[in-house]
Amino acid sequence: MSNSTSKNRRLALVGALAVAGAALAFISFGNIGENLVYYWDPGQLIAAGDKSIGATIRLGGVVKKDTIDWDPDRSELAFTVSDGVAEVNVHCTGAPPQMFREGIGVVVEGTMTKAGIFESSRLMVKHSNEYKAPEEGTSVEELYKTVEAL
Amino acid sequence: MTPELGRAAVLIALAACSIGAVTGIWAGITARVDAARWTRWMAGLFAFAMVAAVGLMEFALITHDYSVKYVAEVGSNETPLAFTIVSLWSSLDGSILLWALILAIWAGVFAWRLRDNHPEHAPFALGTILAVGVFFTFLVSGIANPFDRIPEPLSNGPGPNPLLQNHILMIIHPPTLYLGYVGMTVPFSMGCAALMNGSMPTGWARTMRRWMLVPWTCLTVGIILGGWWSYEVLGWGGYWAWDPVENASFMPWLTATAFIHSSMMMERKEHLKGWTISLVMASFLLTLLGTFMTRSGVFNSVHSFTQSPIGPVFLGFLALCLVFCVLLLAARVDTLSPPISKLEGPWSRDFAFLGNNLLFAAFTFTVLLGTVYPLLNEVMTDVQISVGEPYFNRMSVPICMGILFLMGVGPALPWGRAEPGEVMRQLSMPTIVSVVIAAGCVAMGLREPIAILTFALSGFAGMVTLKELTEPGRQRAAKLGEPLPKALLNTWRTGHRRAGGYVVHLGVVFIAVAIAASSVYRSETEMTIREGKAKSFLGYDITYTGTERVDEPHRWSRVAHFQVSKDGEHIGDASPRLNHYKKMGQAIGTPTVISRLDEDLYLSLVQVDTEGKMASLSVVVEPLVWWLWFGGGVMLLGSVISGWPAARRKEEEDAA
Repeated sequence: MSNSTSKNRRLALVGALAVAGAALAFISFGNIGENLVYYWDPGQLIAAGDKSIGATIRLGGVVKKDTIDWDPDRSELAFTVSDGVAEVNVHCTGAPPQMFREGIGVVVEGTMTKAGIFESSRLMVKHSNEYKAPEEGTSVEELYKTVEAL
Repeated sequence: MTPELGRAAVLIALAACSIGAVTGIWAGITARVDAARWTRWMAGLFAFAMVAAVGLMEFALITHDYSVKYVAEVGSNETPLAFTIVSLWSSLDGSILLWALILAIWAGVFAWRLRDNHPEHAPFALGTILAVGVFFTFLVSGIANPFDRIPEPLSNGPGPNPLLQNHILMIIHPPTLYLGYVGMTVPFSMGCAALMNGSMPTGWARTMRRWMLVPWTCLTVGIILGGWWSYEVLGWGGYWAWDPVENASFMPWLTATAFIHSSMMMERKEHLKGWTISLVMASFLLTLLGTFMTRSGVFNSVHSFTQSPIGPVFLGFLALCLVFCVLLLAARVDTLSPPISKLEGPWSRDFAFLGNNLLFAAFTFTVLLGTVYPLLNEVMTDVQISVGEPYFNRMSVPICMGILFLMGVGPALPWGRAEPGEVMRQLSMPTIVSVVIAAGCVAMGLREPIAILTFALSGFAGMVTLKELTEPGRQRAAKLGEPLPKALLNTWRTGHRRAGGYVVHLGVVFIAVAIAASSVYRSETEMTIREGKAKSFLGYDITYTGTERVDEPHRWSRVAHFQVSKDGEHIGDASPRLNHYKKMGQAIGTPTVISRLDEDLYLSLVQVDTEGKMASLSVVVEPLVWWLWFGGGVMLLGSVISGWPAARRKEEEDAA
């Protein structure tokens, strides 16, 4: 095998790999774009407007007082998540976790419906290392950092 | 005294690493035997000092010596002894200490095992291992010093993170994972040594693969145990969520697996040297990235318990290592000798190995991208997002199918050139089997293409693997007239590396089937049951018989009792519970899994009302999950067979 054909083969191989790599990167980035999960508080969710409908969102905030409506027979739960300023009504199916109560920090994962109600598929209660209910207005970033699925 | 003694031990380790790193590289350059001996002594001292340091820390933990900072952070008088011992790795500083200990042990064992072999390469490698040791002992002696003295100690502490106290698997999962993680430093250093010396002889390549096999096995077992822990503890009925921390352990596993395959090519054909070394470098860098992600708190994931100042330092070390690897490769890769034979065309095992490596590289890239994308995005746009599971699933399913396919086809192909007709003959039987499986699935009413394809490809790969495992034995039995079982055992003993590799492949087949079945055919629901009443789901009748309160020193729990029957037949009692840890404002569930060979019933308690009259349960039914853990066991068995030391000694003699 002469030197130049070996060099050509090598070039062709590198070229093929580059094309394959570019294709993989293209597909990956495209796919990521379709599967982003947004971390929002109620204010950001409302500000996002129509963009929030159908998108996957993790909404963080505090369960507002006197808004919990739990129907054990139909296993439906509704409550309002607040960040101190803005509020979003949340609906989900299934029993609330044991620690769920008024004034506790929660993160709900789901999407916004056209009716303006946040339909949640997953409800997580904020975990704290101390006995301290988060105050209204606790920053959402802080909530995310300590949240865990029960 | 303990804080001062502990710190002294760590400082001795730091000094040993610093001296050993210099003498090691020097011994490699000058080929001086005395410098090489010094390096080995320093590795021994490093190991000794770290064992002493960890021993002191354990002593402080067990005696509840709250004057030691780390004990004050994670200890508590109420924590059971076993969890007190393992709280060494329940928080940041302790886990870095554990990391340094394991690295020290690896360094000591490496120095001892290679004391008489590979004099041109071993000092370079040991010097590089100790250079990595400098960084970790520096962390432990400085910004992550767990031995800091608390001037006015309290009489009790908060206790370790409840999630870590909740299950026995937490005792073995982290050290296993760490053995694998840290062990990647050894083949990495050996790859660097090959570049520094400018040669990659076959013997060094083989030794390198063996030193990769052990950490690879630990990492494999660690990942599977992690999945198992998550399944048994987290309560959502899954074992893998593409969580950044899971990905962190998975990425080096991918590159290490690619390395194990490409090193076979390197050993046999002297091909792909630069690529193979790049793979060990990538594995090492990915373990550093993984530790950074797990331990610096940059991600808000279920595993990141700690927020710390060492993040930036770690990131700096990672960047330094990356630059070092790129420069070393660029400067020295041309000094390695060229391939002795050329690669064969598409109908050869060479080609299957190349395909395997490309797929593993692509897999690593996609996981890496999905894992770091949110970080990069947040740095650039200040918007917090994460990449959802569908991305990972969509990307990994086709890649895994390709890997499964090559795992079936590759072993059936010869190393050299093969006639397509011969290949067709070899593959006809497995092809028929896989078509029969696919047809059977459809006949049984399965309609999901992903599952059917996985089952068919697994059948294909399983057939080929079984044939490769038994073929030499059958030939031997026919030739020598030995009884078949004896002939099989004999061939497995002499060819244990190969046989072990195929057993690992069998384990992968079990895991592939288990993952496909349990994720595609998973069903879940939530139910609230009144005391004394029953509810049904998919043939299971679940009766709620009441809740009791159980008090333990470190926690109290609500334990709900259920009787479970399937199709009218009692199959077991379930007592999922919610645990309330003292000093922590959280309830953590312990789900109950009724595991059978065909499917698992997974019950986790969501809520019990105050009088215990009503209990809410989340119920998941997943087929074939048991086979996932079984497959992990088979992989472990195969690795042990492959690396069995009794036969290893003989191999070394053969090689020498």
